[in-house]
Amino acid sequence: MSTSSVPLVRMVGICKDFGPVPVLRDVQFEILSGEVHVLAGENGAGKSTLIKILGGIHTDFEGILEIGGRAVRPRSPTEAARLGIAVIHQELSLIGSMSVADNLFLGDLPVSAGGWVNRSTQIEQARQAISRVGLDLDVRRPVEDFPIAVQQMIEIAKALNQNARVIVMDEPTSALSSPEVDRFFERIARLKAGGCGIVYITHRMEEIERIADRITVLRDGRHVGTEKASDLPAGKLIQWMVGREITEQIPSRPSCAGRELLRVEQFSVFPDGDRQGATVRNASLTLRVGEVVGIGGLQGSGASDLLLGLFGAYGGNTSGGIRLEGQPVSIHTPGQAIQNGIGLLTNDRKASGLILPLSITANATLAALRGLSPWGWRRSGAESQASRETAGAMKLRAASLDMETGLLSGGNQQKVALAKWWQTKPRLLLLDEPTRGIDVAAKREIYQLMSEWTAAGIGILLISSEMPELLGLSDRVYVLHRGEVTAHLDRPNATPEAVLAAAMGQHVFSPATQSR
Amino acid sequence: MNTNESQSGFLRRFFRSPGGRAALALLLVLVAGAVFNADGAFFKAGTHRDALRQASVYGILACGLTLVIVSGGIDLAVGSMVGLGAVCCAKLALHAGWPGWMVVVACLVVGLTCGGVSGVVTAGLRVQPFIATLSMMVLARGIAKYVSGGLKISTAVKTASGAYEYVPVPALFRSIDTRLLGGNISMVTVIFLVCFGAAWLALSRHRWGRYLYAIGGNEEASRLTGVPVVGSKILAYAVSGLFAAVAGICQAAQEQQGDPEAGAGYELIAIAMVVIGGTSLMGGRGGMGLTLLGVLTIGYLDKILSINAVPEAGRLVLTGIIIIAAVLTQRRGRS
Repeated sequence: MSTSSVPLVRMVGICKDFGPVPVLRDVQFEILSGEVHVLAGENGAGKSTLIKILGGIHTDFEGILEIGGRAVRPRSPTEAARLGIAVIHQELSLIGSMSVADNLFLGDLPVSAGGWVNRSTQIEQARQAISRVGLDLDVRRPVEDFPIAVQQMIEIAKALNQNARVIVMDEPTSALSSPEVDRFFERIARLKAGGCGIVYITHRMEEIERIADRITVLRDGRHVGTEKASDLPAGKLIQWMVGREITEQIPSRPSCAGRELLRVEQFSVFPDGDRQGATVRNASLTLRVGEVVGIGGLQGSGASDLLLGLFGAYGGNTSGGIRLEGQPVSIHTPGQAIQNGIGLLTNDRKASGLILPLSITANATLAALRGLSPWGWRRSGAESQASRETAGAMKLRAASLDMETGLLSGGNQQKVALAKWWQTKPRLLLLDEPTRGIDVAAKREIYQLMSEWTAAGIGILLISSEMPELLGLSDRVYVLHRGEVTAHLDRPNATPEAVLAAAMGQHVFSPATQSR
Repeated sequence: MNTNESQSGFLRRFFRSPGGRAALALLLVLVAGAVFNADGAFFKAGTHRDALRQASVYGILACGLTLVIVSGGIDLAVGSMVGLGAVCCAKLALHAGWPGWMVVVACLVVGLTCGGVSGVVTAGLRVQPFIATLSMMVLARGIAKYVSGGLKISTAVKTASGAYEYVPVPALFRSIDTRLLGGNISMVTVIFLVCFGAAWLALSRHRWGRYLYAIGGNEEASRLTGVPVVGSKILAYAVSGLFAAVAGICQAAQEQQGDPEAGAGYELIAIAMVVIGGTSLMGGRGGMGLTLLGVLTIGYLDKILSINAVPEAGRLVLTGIIIIAAVLTQRRGRS
């Protein structure tokens, strides 16, 4: 129930572009005192951009932003904080080695006239601030001594201490256990009662049902609607999130699935070596020769970690069985994966895919260099020939194959990354967002390449956060939610609604796939 | 398009490339030498022979360092390892009286081991290379002082009776501290060129060299492409230690003694040579050819300043300014 008629925040006609790409188009958003307002949408719908405008990170936008009925334009996070807006990111902004009290007053220490810190006043004020969020702890201890759930509350206490009226929480429960989540929700109820407005971003349907007072849905940067939670059942919410017109045609690809190529059983990945922190839990899946199997999921689903784990990038921090063409294999290094005929296209070609300062040839031959350099001595003739052949197969456009890879366009860089794996003559390709950040023409060529490869008998595991691409390219789709497989859908049953519902935590298995 | 235009285009492209810029820096230094020729001293063959001889020990270090720097690392321990190599060499040759080849093998094993340890600590245990090799720098200096008892090991050897007796200069020292080709080139320069050739082959013609470039350019991408990151890096530090031991042997032979303080600060001059050539401290870019140009540039700069009797204070200040100027030019060329 709102305590005043003026909303805490009102955003009207918000537009924002990144270069030529429109990210937000005429979005409105309102936050009332005493409500939990869920902001929902698929990856790339514009949620985080909207939050960054509110939080003073993006300063060049069009439209009106009113805080407490007054038009403002926060030019920095500090200024937004002064206006009463606090954004709690997934990566907390606390300094682990400093005490709770010091963190609470960071940049705002209670000082006396001479600039001296009054330690006992600070401790007392810190204790009061902490009790406001229902915590009772020794504020002199360093923040890193406390579990993530408590650290989150400390961060909220810090925001309240700076007189925050609106608290934005981005997936706050992603690192919490379920009793911690219950306690966290109790504390949110307390904040609501205190008159705060809370913006809550989550990919969990269950949480939306539990906590939301109102829901605003964004899709492709547009405002789809705002509705009371009680008037927006799960089915309708998902329809709002996916109901888009398909703008690009994915070329249809004849299904050429043959015998079983890959069988993954009860596969778990725990990147930190701690099973409690597993990002993939007991996932099982199969892939046949010539088949494209899609892996769907929203942020934090663990899909990328699944591919990295299969590829041996996490060393021994995986468990479960992998069979290739029926043979059990053990893969603990990328080198072993390559020997087994597996290639992994990572989702960030600049950070983990390509060596940008090196030439196209050096990149394209790097994974297969062992075969090209008998006794260790490289043969430039063989390398250039190999690189010429693959470049031709990939329809790579470059002035010279000796040029720096970093100077190529995004689409051509991606082709170099693919060329690298093509060189190793793989039987299984793990493609993580193969068309991210490349132009339409290059996308089309990569789709074309994928159908050539499956026709040649390669199996492909595909991650794509673009729903039309995922559904258009895949013969079957598995969906992950927080590391667990929540759906296995064959082509006729793989609708956007089913995939999204599974990605938000509802279990969906189509009849035909139930037995597998 | 006439030939004149295309020629100037070629020149412009040449001087925009890292190699062209490094060559230009060397050319400027040589022109300065020809102008300030100290009454013709610059045109004497002996001057060039000595310039090359004096640059050779640093140059040997720069060869190993280039391998490490291309892989995105740094090795601060090479100066100390020159001291350790020199002390071991003198101790075994003068006190123990080992035959030359055994002395050489033993010193190389010591260098390889120290460098290998640096490599294991940084690549295997994931300590930052700056810290790992800084520790090795202190450690190697400590071992050098321990082995030598803190004193220079010279040809004056203490006998059982307590009196000092001069041993003859061993054949190993004489064969290194010599000149070839009618006295026109020093043996240490030949040793430098051999080290250079080996490092060039490794970096430009061997798979391992390509791996080092890849690791320096993007370590995570290299790992996810199946590059043996840890092994390649350990080997680079080990080879850097090996070359430092070679430099230590040369140093001992030229001074006819093992000074535990030998090589102090050499790592910085060798790094300067690599950087002035245009190899990036960020890794992934550069090469042995550039290092050769860097070695010659700093070597000749020092020689030209010394034949013109510029006092040491002025020499250091000028060298510092020229290094910064060269690196700034390189950077402009890249952006």
